[in-house]
Amino acid sequence: MSRLPNQPGELINRDNVIRFTFDGKPVEAYEGDTIGSALFAAGRRTFSRSFKYHRRRGLLCCAGQCPNCIVAVDGAPGTRACIEPVREGMKVEHLNAQPGLDLDVMRATDLVGTKFTPPGFYYKTFIRPRKLWPLYEKVLRHAAGLGVLRKEQPEREWRTEYRRRHADVLVIGGGSAGQSAAKAAAEQGDDVVLVDEGPFGIEPIPGVEILARASALGYFDGIVPVWQGDTLHQIRARRHVFATGAIEQPLVFAGNDLPGVMLSGGAVRLTQLYAVSPGTRAVIATTSDRGLAAAAKLQDAGVEIAAVADLRETPGAAARRLSERGIQVLAGHTILEATGGKAVESAVLGPIGVKGASVERTFECDLVVVSGGFAPAMSLVLQAGAQTRYDPARGSFVLDKLPSSVTAVGDVAGVDDEGDDVESGAVAIPPPVSGAGRGKCFACLCEDVTAKDIRLSVEEGYDSIELSKRYTTVTMGPCQGRMCQLPAIRLMARETGQLLEQVGTTTARPPWVSVPMGVLAGRPFEPAKRSSIHGRHRELAANIKWAGDWRRAYDYGDPQGEALAVHQAAGLIDVSTLGKLLVRGPDAGEFLNRLYPNRFSDLKPGRIRYGVISSDAGRIVDDGTICRIDDDTFYVTTTSSGAGAVEEWFSWWLADWRMDVKLTDLTQGLSAVNLAGPRAREILSELTDLDCSPEAFKYLDGKQAKVAGVECLILRIGFVGEVGYEIHFAAAHGEHVWDALMEAGRDKGLRPFGLEPQRILRLQKMHILVGQDTDSESTPFGAAMPWIVKLDKEEDFIGKWALQHYSIEEPATRLVGFTLGNGYVPTEGSVILDGLGVPAGQVTSARFSPVLDRVIGMAWVPSPLARDGSQVTISDEGRTTEAQIQTKPFYDPEGEVLRS
Amino acid sequence: MSFLLTCPNCGVREVTDFGYGGEISPRPTSRPTLRELGEYNYFRRNVAGVQREWWFHRSGCRAWFIAERDTRTNEVLLTALPADPSPNGGGAA
Repeated sequence: MSRLPNQPGELINRDNVIRFTFDGKPVEAYEGDTIGSALFAAGRRTFSRSFKYHRRRGLLCCAGQCPNCIVAVDGAPGTRACIEPVREGMKVEHLNAQPGLDLDVMRATDLVGTKFTPPGFYYKTFIRPRKLWPLYEKVLRHAAGLGVLRKEQPEREWRTEYRRRHADVLVIGGGSAGQSAAKAAAEQGDDVVLVDEGPFGIEPIPGVEILARASALGYFDGIVPVWQGDTLHQIRARRHVFATGAIEQPLVFAGNDLPGVMLSGGAVRLTQLYAVSPGTRAVIATTSDRGLAAAAKLQDAGVEIAAVADLRETPGAAARRLSERGIQVLAGHTILEATGGKAVESAVLGPIGVKGASVERTFECDLVVVSGGFAPAMSLVLQAGAQTRYDPARGSFVLDKLPSSVTAVGDVAGVDDEGDDVESGAVAIPPPVSGAGRGKCFACLCEDVTAKDIRLSVEEGYDSIELSKRYTTVTMGPCQGRMCQLPAIRLMARETGQLLEQVGTTTARPPWVSVPMGVLAGRPFEPAKRSSIHGRHRELAANIKWAGDWRRAYDYGDPQGEALAVHQAAGLIDVSTLGKLLVRGPDAGEFLNRLYPNRFSDLKPGRIRYGVISSDAGRIVDDGTICRIDDDTFYVTTTSSGAGAVEEWFSWWLADWRMDVKLTDLTQGLSAVNLAGPRAREILSELTDLDCSPEAFKYLDGKQAKVAGVECLILRIGFVGEVGYEIHFAAAHGEHVWDALMEAGRDKGLRPFGLEPQRILRLQKMHILVGQDTDSESTPFGAAMPWIVKLDKEEDFIGKWALQHYSIEEPATRLVGFTLGNGYVPTEGSVILDGLGVPAGQVTSARFSPVLDRVIGMAWVPSPLARDGSQVTISDEGRTTEAQIQTKPFYDPEGEVLRS
Repeated sequence: MSFLLTCPNCGVREVTDFGYGGEISPRPTSRPTLRELGEYNYFRRNVAGVQREWWFHRSGCRAWFIAERDTRTNEVLLTALPADPSPNGGGAA
C-alpha cells in the first residue's frame, strides 16, 4: 500500500487493516477505504475494459458516477469500486475481459476493428444471413456487456423489504445545500426525510430522518423509491427539495479515456479522503477555477504539476497564485491528446483556435486532471416535472420552470456552494471536441461512443439528439448521461449547425442509479392461507398444493380410494376455505332476494337453499348455499376462491341500496368440515345430542348444536352426493373437532379425503365448479340451471334484465355431462367438435370415477347436441374420441341417496 | 397511478390500499332495451375531467365510498360514504 502522510480530512483508519481479494489475489486496505482507493493504493491502474473496444479504463470520477470502475462483488456484477467500502474477505472480480484485465483478447476490436465498428455496426453487419442471427447474437453478447449474471441463484438469496414513508418534505441530496434545507424545514415543524447517496454518513439533524448511503431511483407520480441496502423505501412527500448537486464534466479529446485521466474532483478525493496519490506528475486541463484549485491541492500532496491549461483567456487571481507556487498556467489552452500504452505517459496541450505542431506543447506525465465544468444533476427534478433552458453563460442546461411543490437548492439550481475553492465563477465553454484526428475522442465512456460516431450518425440522418441516442446508444449506459449528455449535445449542435437550445436534452428517465433487479422484484415471500386444521393434514402426509391463496390437502395419497370410502363408509374433508358471510338485519331477506336470481325471503328458518350469483350481464359470478338461521339472519357460503369478491360484491350493493342489513365476513373466523357417506349420520350422532335421524334432520336442514362440545352450525347438504353434514364452528376448535370426528369414525371406515377426490365426487353429481366449468360468458340457462332463475320475483334483482333476455334466446352452447367408454381421460380444455369438425365447445372437467368405473366429464357443447344420448367428438391436441352426452347426474341421478 | 385517497372511515391512505369500482353509472330502474342494457353493462363515459366514482377500502375497513376525482390530474375533490346526506356526500350515488 502506497499512501501519503496523514491528510487532514482522511477517512481511513490506518490501525485497522482489511483484507479482500481482487481476481483471486489478496489486497490489503484500511478501514474506510473503498475498493477503488485500496486497489489504486496497491498499484492498480486498469479497473475495467470498455464495452465495445475493450480499452483499458481507470478511476475517473471517484464518486460513483462514471462506468469505469464497475466490478463484481461476491459474484454480483454492477458495483462501483470507487464508492463501495471494503469489507473483510470480500471477493472482487473484474468484468468484461478475457482472459484477464491486463491481457484482453477482445482488445483486437479497438486495434484493427475501428473502421468496421461504426454506430449501427451490429444492425448493418449481422443482418445476413438472417438465420445466423442466433449465432451472431451469442458471440456479440459475449463480447460486449457489463458482467455475467449467475444462471442460478439460491432461492430467496436477495431479501428486499418495502417500507412506505409519508413525510412533509423529502430532501434528495445531503450536501451542504440539502442539509440546510432539511434543517430549515425541520425547524418549522415539518416531518423531513433526507436522502443521501454518498458513501459517508451524515451527522444527525434534529427532526430529520436521514437515509444515508441510499439512492433515490426516480420520481413516480409523487412517490420516490429510495434504495438503501436491503430496503426499498417508498417515500411520498408533500414537498420535494432537490439538492442533487452538479456533476463535473470530462473533456472530449484524443485518448481521453486512458487510465490516468481523472476528473479534478476524483483526483482530489483520492488524495484527501484516502491519502492515495493519484500520480507523480500531472498535467491539468480546466475550464474554470476548479482545475486550478485542484492543482494547488495536488501540489500540496506532493504531486509535481507539469502544466495547467486553462481554457479561459484571462484566468484571474487563482492562476496568478498558482504561478507564485511555480506552476505554469497556459491561458487559452486546452488538452488535445493524452498518449500512453497501459496508462497516460504524456499529454499534448495547445492554444484554442490555433493549429499546428509549432504551438503545441507535450508534457510527460502519469496523471491528466480534467475539469470541463459542471452540469447540474437534474434528472430527478426533471422527472418531477421541472423544465430546462440553455444558459449560454454557464454553457449548460439549467432548471427553468419548477412545479409548485418542488424546489431545487445548491449546485443543481446553479448555486455554487463550494465557495472556498473558487475565487471566480468564470467558466469557459469547451469546444465539442479537441484533438480530433489524433485518436479516439470519447463522448460516452459507457457505450464507447466517439465524437466521430456522433458525426456519422448525423450524416446517416439521425439528426436529432433522441434519434442519435437510440442509434449510437450515447447516454444509455450505466452513467445514465451524467458524463456524456452535455458532450453529446455539444457535438450534435456542431454537426447539425444548431444552437444547443435547439438540440435540447434527452428525456430524463428512471432509474437514476443502477439498481439490482432483486430490489425491484418485491418482498421475497409468498403469503399463504392455511386452515386451522392444516397441521393435521401435514401429519397425515397429505399432498398439499396451492388452491388460490390457500394451501390445501389435494389428497392423502389415494384419491380414488378416498372417493370410494365416501361411498362405502364415510369421508371427512376440511372445507374451511369456503367463504362465510353473515347477513343480518330486518332487510336481510329482501337484500338477498335482490342479489340472487332465486328467492330467499320465503326461505324458512332452519332451511337451506342453493344460490347462484349472477352479474347484471346475466353471467354466473359465484355460487354457494344460504341457510336462514332466524327471520333476520342468513348464513351465506361462497366458493373458496370467490370469498373476497363476493363480500366486496355484497357490500357494494349494500352501500348503494342502503338497506338495513349488517354484513360480517366470518371466512377467517370459522372453520368447516364436511362429513359425508352412508355412515356419516352414525358418526355425527356419537358426538352430538342432536337428533340426526332422517326425519328430524332432513336434507337441506341447517341446525345449531354442539358437536364434541363445540357450538356448531350443521348444514345438511350434498355437494359430494352422499348424506353429508357441513359442520361450521369457531376456527380455534379446528383440530379438536377434526380429531373427535376422526376418532368417532375410526371403527366405521371413516377416511379423510382431499380436494381431488371431492372433485371426482361432485363431478359424479354434475355440481358445477364456478370458474372451472363456467367462465365469464356462462349464464344459468346455459349451465343447465334455469330453475335457479325466478323471473316472476316481485323485486328487481341483479341480472334480471339480462336473464329475461337469455331465458328466451337459445344459447349457442350448453353445459352437459359426457361419458367415455375407453378409459381415456381427456385434458380439461379439450375441444368439442361439431358435426363438420369445427371447434364448437370445450371440456371443462374430466375424471375417472372409481364407483362408476368409467370416465365422466362435463363440457360445453352446441345446444342441438345437448341431449341425452347424442354423440360429440372430443379433440385433445389432435387425438379425437367419441363421447356420449348425459344431462342427468352420473351418480344417484334422482337424489335418493342424498335425501336418505 | 399513484396518489392519496381519504377513506371516510380511516383517513388518508395510499391509493394502493383501495379497490377501484369505476365511475358511477345509474342502474336501469325499469326494463331497459337491449341497447340500454348493453350500454349500462359495457360502456363507460371515461371523462377527461371530474367524475364521481366508487372506491373500496380493500386493505382497510372494507367500506365502499364515493369519490370525486379529476381523471386528468388524479386530484381527489371529495370522498364520502354513500349514506352521507350532506350536499357533497354520496347521497346522489
